[in-house]
Amino acid sequence: MALLEIKDLQVSIGEREILKGIDLTVNEGETHAIMGPNGSGKSTLAYVMAGKDDYEVTGGSILFRGEDLLAMDIAARAAAGVFLAFQYPIEIPGVATMTFLKAALNAQRKQRGEGEISTPDFMRKVREVAKRLNVTDEMLRRPLNVGFSGGEKKRNEIMQMALLEPSLCVLDETDSGLDIDALRVVADGVNALKSPTRAAIVITHYQRLLNYIVPDFVHVLSAGKIVRSGGKELALELEAKGYAEFTGKAA
Amino acid sequence: MTAEPRTIRTETEQALARQFEDILSELPGGPRMRALRAAAFERFQRSGLPHRRVEEYKYTDLRALMKRAAPPARRAIETAAARALHELPDPLGALPRYRLVLVDGHYFDALSDRGALEAAGVSVASTRVELEADGESAAAVLAAPELAAADVVLALNAAFATDGVAVSVRDGLALDRPLEILHLSTGSEPVASTVRNGVRIGANASVQMVETYRGGGDVAHQLNAVTRVSVGRNATVAWARLQMESETAQHLGSTILSLAEEARFDHLSVTAGAAVSRSQMLVTMGGAGTRLGIFGAGMVTGRQHADTTLLIDHALGGAFTRVLAKNAVDGEAHGVFQGKIVVEPDAQKTDAKMMAKALLLSETGEFDSKPELEIFADDVQCGHGATSGRIDDTQLFYLMARGVERAEAERLLIEAFLDEAIDGLGDEPIGDALKGVVTAWLSRRAPRT
Repeated sequence: MALLEIKDLQVSIGEREILKGIDLTVNEGETHAIMGPNGSGKSTLAYVMAGKDDYEVTGGSILFRGEDLLAMDIAARAAAGVFLAFQYPIEIPGVATMTFLKAALNAQRKQRGEGEISTPDFMRKVREVAKRLNVTDEMLRRPLNVGFSGGEKKRNEIMQMALLEPSLCVLDETDSGLDIDALRVVADGVNALKSPTRAAIVITHYQRLLNYIVPDFVHVLSAGKIVRSGGKELALELEAKGYAEFTGKAA
Repeated sequence: MTAEPRTIRTETEQALARQFEDILSELPGGPRMRALRAAAFERFQRSGLPHRRVEEYKYTDLRALMKRAAPPARRAIETAAARALHELPDPLGALPRYRLVLVDGHYFDALSDRGALEAAGVSVASTRVELEADGESAAAVLAAPELAAADVVLALNAAFATDGVAVSVRDGLALDRPLEILHLSTGSEPVASTVRNGVRIGANASVQMVETYRGGGDVAHQLNAVTRVSVGRNATVAWARLQMESETAQHLGSTILSLAEEARFDHLSVTAGAAVSRSQMLVTMGGAGTRLGIFGAGMVTGRQHADTTLLIDHALGGAFTRVLAKNAVDGEAHGVFQGKIVVEPDAQKTDAKMMAKALLLSETGEFDSKPELEIFADDVQCGHGATSGRIDDTQLFYLMARGVERAEAERLLIEAFLDEAIDGLGDEPIGDALKGVVTAWLSRRAPRT
């Protein structure tokens, strides 16, 4: 069974059709890149998988391990193993990062019928992943994302991913706003999570990130449809030629 | 014949008049106090209960909200008072503190830590004893404050005042533990308690105070408590006020505060109880170097009505004032914040800012906010702001996208919202105890679907 199976997915915001029939199958162990020009529907696809309710699914289906993902509420999707790394992580004043991490981890465990993690085990786990992603103790004490730089926010996202150990990682333009050093830290964090039982969908506008997170498949999204799929060499081709060919085709 | 501007009296007003006539001779004090009480009651008689056309009570129409006048509370017998104290859950838990205990408005020395306080340098007396002396200091106890001489709630308090505590902290004392003045309402029949407390904090002293109001069951007790506080030069005070009366009670609380130069006073009010509550604070600021912080965390649900009203008067220059009022409104509840900052002509270099924020948790809750600045000096920095809104959808989505279920995500966000005010007090042990009150309130809140 495929880990993720998207079939003929159609999504609108109000009257506007954003996704016009997406088909995508992701198996365990695979890394897929979704590339495309601005406004092609990349972020919409990410949000719809996570369950953001501003979008209306007007047709098609998403199966996650054979189950209807669209029927699950937002938290249940996370507990089932879907993780969205946000393009713009949200600031939450008054909620300490550490408090949030524990609430998230325990909420997922509870929904999966597992017991709460002990505080020493939790601390050990957080310290280990935080260290890998250069997340300092000081950042962990601060309110979630408040006053974090762009790079700190993205590292915090990947740290959450490492802690929560999802089976499907969806990275929405994680490279945006990162300098080359931060990009490498983030990419190393993602690569460290690669496993035969886990898959990733890397959404990006630029090929740059794919030098560090090497995809097995590349899909080009344009005007709400996947217009071309290929191997990692497709990303290089796009980098050389740009998206003009596809936007022209789609118009 | 006296002039009678109002002829129609509500049943409650008529009942109060009968009660006053019946009880006047039993109230503590001699002829002098009786004359002061009669004059105060006359002020009430002239205007009746405040209603919505009285600006200060615009959103809290006591004529409509106060449907009955419970009979004045008798002093409970010692064993019953002790039992009530031990049976009611203590929201402050293990917080180490000195405690002075009032039950139904009467001071109980045997339940209080007067001995330990006096050994530490704090004198404690009962207001009843002070009033019975019928002298100059008793007259000062019942005097109406200049800032609100016409306030009817204060007039009713002066008319019926039965007891309370008079606390005096000697100059320079750093009290080693917080001092709690606990007001308990007991018994299965509604009673009305009228309390006058006085707290004098000497120059250079440093104290933490906790003023708590608790009631058991759902008995519709009525309490009118006035606490006069004077803070000496360069003293530092952290003062927390916790109101968690029974959910059918009526709470009228007034704090009359005056601060000397260089005094630092931080006040946190946590409001979760009573069907109808009004907590008012009248503050006379000192001059240069006086620092005042007023923080509020209000939680109302069901059909509760909670009013916080502030009047902060800057007569002298160079003082610093910050107000942060946070209110969570659920169910069909009604929250009110009125804050007025006055800067008189001589109060140059005043720095005063006020912010009121409301979080509306239901479609049917209501919050009214009325911040006012009255500025007569030209070289000042003053400002106010008010916001009200629902839980932020993007924050909720972010938390849920990490697996936190909706009810828990909402809980985290509401808690963060209210805790910001609690942190304002800057006292961690007291703050932690009061955050427990927020947590308990949130755990009772039914999750929305």
